[in-house]
Amino acid sequence: MRNFLAILNREVKSYFSSPIAYVVIGLFLLVSGIFFYLIVSNFVQICMRADMEAQYYRMAPPKLNVNMMAIRPILHNMSLFALFFLPLVTMRLYSDEKKSGTIELLQTSPVTNLQSILGKFAAGSVLYLIMLGFTAMYMVLLFIYGKPEFGPILTGYLGLLLLGLSYVSFGVFFSTLTDNQIIAAVSTVTFILFFWAVGWVSGFVSPAIGSALSSFSLIEHFEDFAKGILDTKHVIYYLSFITMGLFLSFVSIESARWRGR
Amino acid sequence: MIEVNHVTRYFGRVMAVDDVSFQVGKGEIVGFLGPNAAGKTTTMRILTTFLPASKGTASVAGFDVHEQSMDVRKRIGYLPENPPLYLEMRVIDYLDFVAKIKGVDSKNRKKAVNEAMGKTAITNVSNRVIKTLSKGYKQRVGLAQALVHNPDVLVLDEPTVGLDPKQIIEVRELIKALAGNHTIILSTHILPEVSMTCERVVIIDKGKVVAEDTPENLTRKVTGSQRLTLSVRGPVEEVKQTLMNQQGILKVKSTASGDGKDVTTFVVESKPDGEIRPALAKTIIGRGWDLFEMVPESMSLEDVFLHLTTKEEGAAQ
Repeated sequence: MRNFLAILNREVKSYFSSPIAYVVIGLFLLVSGIFFYLIVSNFVQICMRADMEAQYYRMAPPKLNVNMMAIRPILHNMSLFALFFLPLVTMRLYSDEKKSGTIELLQTSPVTNLQSILGKFAAGSVLYLIMLGFTAMYMVLLFIYGKPEFGPILTGYLGLLLLGLSYVSFGVFFSTLTDNQIIAAVSTVTFILFFWAVGWVSGFVSPAIGSALSSFSLIEHFEDFAKGILDTKHVIYYLSFITMGLFLSFVSIESARWRGR
Repeated sequence: MIEVNHVTRYFGRVMAVDDVSFQVGKGEIVGFLGPNAAGKTTTMRILTTFLPASKGTASVAGFDVHEQSMDVRKRIGYLPENPPLYLEMRVIDYLDFVAKIKGVDSKNRKKAVNEAMGKTAITNVSNRVIKTLSKGYKQRVGLAQALVHNPDVLVLDEPTVGLDPKQIIEVRELIKALAGNHTIILSTHILPEVSMTCERVVIIDKGKVVAEDTPENLTRKVTGSQRLTLSVRGPVEEVKQTLMNQQGILKVKSTASGDGKDVTTFVVESKPDGEIRPALAKTIIGRGWDLFEMVPESMSLEDVFLHLTTKEEGAAQ
């Protein structure tokens, strides 16, 4: 536990003692802020037009759902931005140690590989939590000017969290494979994009294969969270995905030790 | 303290270490000498549990490096060829982190870090970010890192590489001072370093141990002759002839005159036993020539090393 905390602590400090954390968090907030603005102002326009039409036809103004029409697309957007930003956070976790040689310190200290993997995974997760935490202010704005439902926002954020941790977990894995951070980041993005899009082909293949494929898809499992539905099968899917990434990292590090890379 | 038994390591099909065995006793400083790519680093990595051996066993302080690697890791301090530094950290934070993962408990950590900084004379830069330090200081931080948990065994891979002469001397002094309390194994391809710091030398070449002894013994064993350098003013051929007739002389070689003032330098090889210098000096003076210099040239470890590693090559061909 102490080793885990020591590594977690060092990694998080290292994120914040270099520009990485500030740039990644800042730009993530900028991009998601722009899209928040666009989506919300679009929603406001639709509301105003609907109001005007209702007045014109002398009907009661329609009740438009802010959760469905604004928050859900915002959550979807953030899940996509996280896909491109989180690999930039995780790419250095092992690649950098390999390149600078500090891996020799880590792997000749009484720290097990599991402790170091979990420490690094947790460090990436902490950074992601901070990113997500800041986006909560967008939701606060919606609560100030409107009456959104709280439940779907909560499940949506839980979904975002699980989805992001899946990215982090495989980000750690790809970072164990190479001492080149760019390669680590690009392979993580590609791999996750593949698991993201694998459900899209379901329309072109037989229904049995299609539903099997879409049950692998990272984003299909996110739908229910965004809608406000909390289903254990999705939670279990993400937890398995995360465990798989961590397990592969473990195998990769052990195997690299035997091969001497 | 360290035992290596028939350790072999392959990288794919390439054999990096070939059946290496040696022992290091408690408190000893052993130099690990060899040309680049001889297998020094690989052997050290096996000892420090960074790499597993393909064959053979090794143990440190009685713990097997493979079976009980966590116990070994607690007792070993390792300075790899490139000091494993987190460049964005401050020196003091870095050492605190290392102490933490080496298992120094929080009560003693501050003291351990301060002691390590004191021993390596880096206390004055303790608040600097490692990235901004000079190469010499970085190397010393690397050394402090290996020392911070006061390990029984220190494994130092080329500890003086890239330092300036003054720093090299300082690091050597430091290593010498550490002996006794710690068992030290250090690798180098710089030979004077070994003769200055180590009590015993293991020479390794192409993955094999080719010799193992004290630096003095190694020199004596390999040297078949004594050498003298003489500077004499006189007729070159005549001097050479006279020297050759002297008892115990094996070979005389005249080289170009030192400064163009008739002074010629001769290299004289004689039998290893017996002292020929007084007789030589008398003869030269007696013939009315001027003797400027007489310097015994002992075969350096460098020559021993070349001798051993090139002989190996010759035998292989």
